[in-house]
Order: sequence, then structure tokens, then C-alpha cells
Amino acid sequence: MTVESTAGTATAAVPELVQLLTPEGERVEHPRFSLETTPEELRSIYRDLVLVRRFDGEATSLQRQGELGLWASLLGQEAAQVGSGRAQRPGDWAFPTYREHGVAWCKGVDPLNLLGMFRGVNHGGWDPYEKNFQLYTIVIGSQTLHATGYAMGITKDGTDDAVVAYFGDGASSQGDVNEAFTFASVYNAPVVFFCQNNQWAISEPTERQTRVPLYQRAAGFGFPGVRVDGNDVLACLAVTRWALERARAGEGPTLIEAFTYRMGAHTTSDDPTRYRIANELEEWKLKDPIERVKAYLVREGWADQEFFDAVDAESEQLARRVREGVRNMPDPDPSAIFENVYAEGHALVDEEREEYVAYAASFDGSEEVGEGR
Amino acid sequence: MAAEKYSMVKALNEALRRSLEADPKTLVMGEDVGRLGGVFRVTDGLHKDFGDARIIDTPLAESGIMGTAIGLALRGYRPVVEIQFDGFVYPAFDQIVTQLAKMHARALGHVKLPITVRIPFGGGIGAVEHHSESHETYFAHTAGLKVVSPSNPVDAHWMLRQAIASDDPVIFLEPKRRYWDKGVVDPLGEAALPLHAARVARAGKDLTLVAYGPMVKVCLEAAEAAAEDGHQIEVVDLRSLSPVDFDTLEASVKRTGRAVIVHEAPVFLGMGAELAARITERCFYSLEAPVLRVGGYFAPYPPSRVEETYLPDLDRVLDAVDRALAF
Repeated sequence: MTVESTAGTATAAVPELVQLLTPEGERVEHPRFSLETTPEELRSIYRDLVLVRRFDGEATSLQRQGELGLWASLLGQEAAQVGSGRAQRPGDWAFPTYREHGVAWCKGVDPLNLLGMFRGVNHGGWDPYEKNFQLYTIVIGSQTLHATGYAMGITKDGTDDAVVAYFGDGASSQGDVNEAFTFASVYNAPVVFFCQNNQWAISEPTERQTRVPLYQRAAGFGFPGVRVDGNDVLACLAVTRWALERARAGEGPTLIEAFTYRMGAHTTSDDPTRYRIANELEEWKLKDPIERVKAYLVREGWADQEFFDAVDAESEQLARRVREGVRNMPDPDPSAIFENVYAEGHALVDEEREEYVAYAASFDGSEEVGEGR
Repeated sequence: MAAEKYSMVKALNEALRRSLEADPKTLVMGEDVGRLGGVFRVTDGLHKDFGDARIIDTPLAESGIMGTAIGLALRGYRPVVEIQFDGFVYPAFDQIVTQLAKMHARALGHVKLPITVRIPFGGGIGAVEHHSESHETYFAHTAGLKVVSPSNPVDAHWMLRQAIASDDPVIFLEPKRRYWDKGVVDPLGEAALPLHAARVARAGKDLTLVAYGPMVKVCLEAAEAAAEDGHQIEVVDLRSLSPVDFDTLEASVKRTGRAVIVHEAPVFLGMGAELAARITERCFYSLEAPVLRVGGYFAPYPPSRVEETYLPDLDRVLDAVDRALAF
């Protein structure tokens, strides 16, 4: 029990950071969190990590080429997302921020769906019920309450589904996140709070958000908190799986702090050279989430060059599909502005739609009205 | 059960009870809505009959209430949220405006949030600060929300049942100073009007008074008083603030040629501003006078010993009626 949030006092015997795979690719055991993996599963994990990183890199390039208005890169956080994503069962729900591309991948969401909002053709638009993956939420922390309410509903339904609420170190300061902790705690809701502490909230370091390690916050709310090596996909998988099992068993919420690093900018609009030193980046490069899995696979003889080449080839295919998909993504018809404002309609929306259509028609085809870019 | 004389509180309570009975997914949640029955007793007795699972006493955190209600709705529930007092809704404002109002559009229609947010609003009960506010414009200004306010027990009963049955988020503003007014309600009957229809509460030919919620009663009294001076004043009870039933309003003002809009909220950028603009657009050639507005002043809601100065009353409404008629 020592890595739980009562830690910090009597934890000398157990490392604070749960790790199952070292940065050098050495498999280590942890007294509390064990994980059985087959070589096939490890290869599959490796493939997820590589494809997600390639997709993310392609999206960054597409922004630089003007195809996307913005991109929020997950570079460096692949293990936290793939580990926690793979821990979920299909019936479990994920409530993401706007950076959970790796979780979306694990849930089976088509990566192209994620790009619509960054291109500016919609605000999300996918059906959350299709893969149990809620829309991206931009206002920081709001989704943790939705996740908690959803989990309260699971309890009412009496099923053993569970929920993972994603947020970051910056969001930990939000009132909504702290209210979510309170509601989840008092209703014993089956929700896992998965905090990716990537050390930076745009330009503000974690020290600007907290004086205690974030996972220790859970103690004050009355549920366990665990800090896991967020660059260790196996540790993230094991700890999230454990927390989800607790939730299913009626043991309530858990806070997981995945200790990781945002290798890139906050978004493509950001310039991290203005506020952080290059040294830090170099140190974290040595803890890369993908290299350690590759080293492990090679050391154990579970993957050969042919396998790695095949994954690389597949990632290039994915990048090509994403590139073409984005370039061919149509702008919405301007009249889409008036659609889905209400489920049951609204007289004023109808009136303004008619006004717009009449106005557009008044140009008599000589000029397109409201033509996008 | 035949028609009975109900207070607005009882009419709302009965509406909640019927809605809970009709749909097992309907939930009531808020602060003190359980054993206490709410600070105004609107949820009285529901906890005893429907239990913890459906009548949910929440932690004291309005954003948390609203945010978890959204999550419950995503799971297929139909939450009826009680915000204890008007001035306490602001901590939930972000969840209401940013999440509740927009999620259906953001999801291109894949998500529905059938949530009703009940808020006792308005002044006139001698309350302390933050317990007397009229913030309807904030909500009506937000696409994605529907906003309604009943003026009497019968409307309160049926409009709440309709709001709960609606698949859209509805901000349901309860005029707390009218909570104890009585009316004959037959819960086994049916609603006389759709949720978003306005109602001509009193017919007249000389001027239209436009109001909703707590001010309808004041306007009806003003019309009665004006009748003694020989003026036939029509009173339109808007009932719905988003959408507004402009057709009923237009028809009335075209008949009377004059309009005075009355609400407790500050006149500046209040509902009256939008209504006056629309009436002017639609009824320009029928108007005999500019559309006038009576409302709260552009000042924080005052201490209760002077709230009668702030709130529109019979005399202020009649003063505006006289000015409009004199044009």
C-alpha cells in the first residue's frame, strides 16, 4: 500500500515512481504492480506507439503546410496514452482533453476524425457512442466532471463498465477537477483520473500548480493516488488496469499521475524555447517511451529487423492516408452553421437560416457567399 | 385525482413527481433536494418515494452539479438540476454555456443533453444579497439553451413537465416571489400550450404589456387599474424567452399599436432591448409610440429594505403606460 497517496512519509522501501520497463529497456518487477505480457502483445504495443507518433508527426507537418489551423502534439506522451488506452475494455469510456490522440487510436477512433476540429471543419463531430470516446474538450478540466457523472450513471445501471478521465498537470488547479474528485469520492464512482503530468502547462512548470506531488492530492479526497513512469507503457498499462479493476469491483476512484514530458510545444502556436532550457529536453530524450520497448524486444529476441521495417512501412502508409484525408477533407456547407444547434429545433435558428439562404440566393450564382478559404 | 388548488411550489413538486414516475431515467439533483425537500420545498417528499438513486443530494459545488449532470445525460439519464438560488448559478455558468449549450452541435447531433436546470429567480422576497437576481439574458443570449419562465402555478406545472420531456437543455426560471400564489391544476389533464408559445393573458386594444415570470402579475394588476381610467390594456405572458414567440407578440402589438415591456432585470441589454427591436422591425407601421421598457436599474440588486424601489411595480408600469398612451 505504500505507493498510495499516504506515501511521502513511510515509503522509503518502495520507489515513488512505478516502473516496469527502464529507459534502457530492462524489465523490472514492482512489489505491487505485476504484468504478464506475451511477445505478440509487446509487438502490438510497439506498433501502437510507433503509429501514434507517426500520425502525430504528420499532423504537425500538416499544420506547418497550412492544412491544419492548429495541432496539439502528443510527442513524448505515447506510452502514457497507449498504456492507459490499452488497459480499457471496449465498454469503458474515455473522456479526453484535446491531446489524447494515442488513446483515441487505442479505442479505435479513426485518426482522421481527430483532425476535423484542427482543420476547422467541425468542433469534433465524431459519435462518442461509437467507440466510447467522448469528444475532445478544450476548456481545461471540464471533462473530468462529465466523466464522473457518466461513472455515477454506470453505478446506477449496475454494470461493471468504468471510465477514464484524462487531464494534465495544469488542469489539476482547476476547480472542476477538484469538484470531480469530490463527487467521485463521495459517490464512489467507477472513474480513473489519469493525469498526464507532462511538466508544462504551456509555459508554466508544475511548480506553479502544486507544492506536493500531484498523485498525493488523492489522499485528501479519500482515494488512492499512484505515480507511474509515464514513459513506461507497461507500467501505465498495469497501473491503469489495476485502477479500472478497482473501479469495476466497486472500490471507487483512483488518481494516476503519469510522470512524463511534453517533448514538443504546447501546440503548433507555441514556442517553448522562450521558457524552458534545452538540457531538460535532452534528459527526457534518454527516457523515450518507444526506444525502451524496442530495446526490450530486441534484447529478448522477440522482434527482428523485418518486424521493425514492417511497422515503419505501415506508419508511412498511415501518414499518407492522413495526409490525403486531410487535404481532401471538405469544408462544411456554410448553412451547416444552423444545423444541430438544438435537438428539437428553435424558431429563431430557423428564421435566421431562412434569412441566410435568401441572402445567399440573392447573389444569383454570380458569387459564392461565405466561401471558406 | 381531480383538479386541485395548488401553490406554485406544489404544482412544481407534482410536475417533478409525474416526470419521475413517467421515466425511470429522470433524476433530481441539487443541494438539499433530498430529505430537506429543497430550501423552497419544491422537492418535498420525493426522496422518500424515489430514494437516493433518483433524488440526489449533491456536494455543495454548482459546477460539479452541472458537470456531473452532463455526464449522467451522456449515460442516458435525464437530470433535473436544482440550483438553490439565482445568484449561485455562476459557478456553474461555464459548464452551462461552454458544455451544456454546445455539446449537441459539437457532436453534430450525436449527443443529446436533455437536462432541465431549475433556478428560483428574481427578487421581492426580502432576501440577502445574491438571492434576488434576474439573469435570464445571460442564458437567452446563448445558442443551444432554451429558456422559459412560468408566471402562475398552472404554467409552472405543465411547462416543467414539458421542459423535462424535452431533448434540449432548458433553463427553467421559477419566479420565487410567486411560489406561494395559488392556481387550479389538474395533473391528469394536459398542457394547454406548447412549451415555447406565448399567451395573451388579458385582451385589450389600447396597448400591449409584455412580461414573463414574476412581472406578469404586476402587469395584470396594472391593466386592471388602467381599465378604471378607460384604457384597455392587453397583457402578453411570453412564457418562453428562448425561443420567443414573436408571432403572438407581433399580432398583439399590431392590434394595439403600443408596447411596454416589463421585467425585473436591468433595462440595459435586458430581454426588453431585444423585444423592442423585434417589435419595431415587425410592427413599424402599426406603432403609435416608441416601445418603452420598465425594469431594474443598472446597479447591483439592492439591499432588501429598498428593493421595492428597484423592482418595477404597479405605479412604474402605469407611468410607462401613460407615457406610451400620450404619444
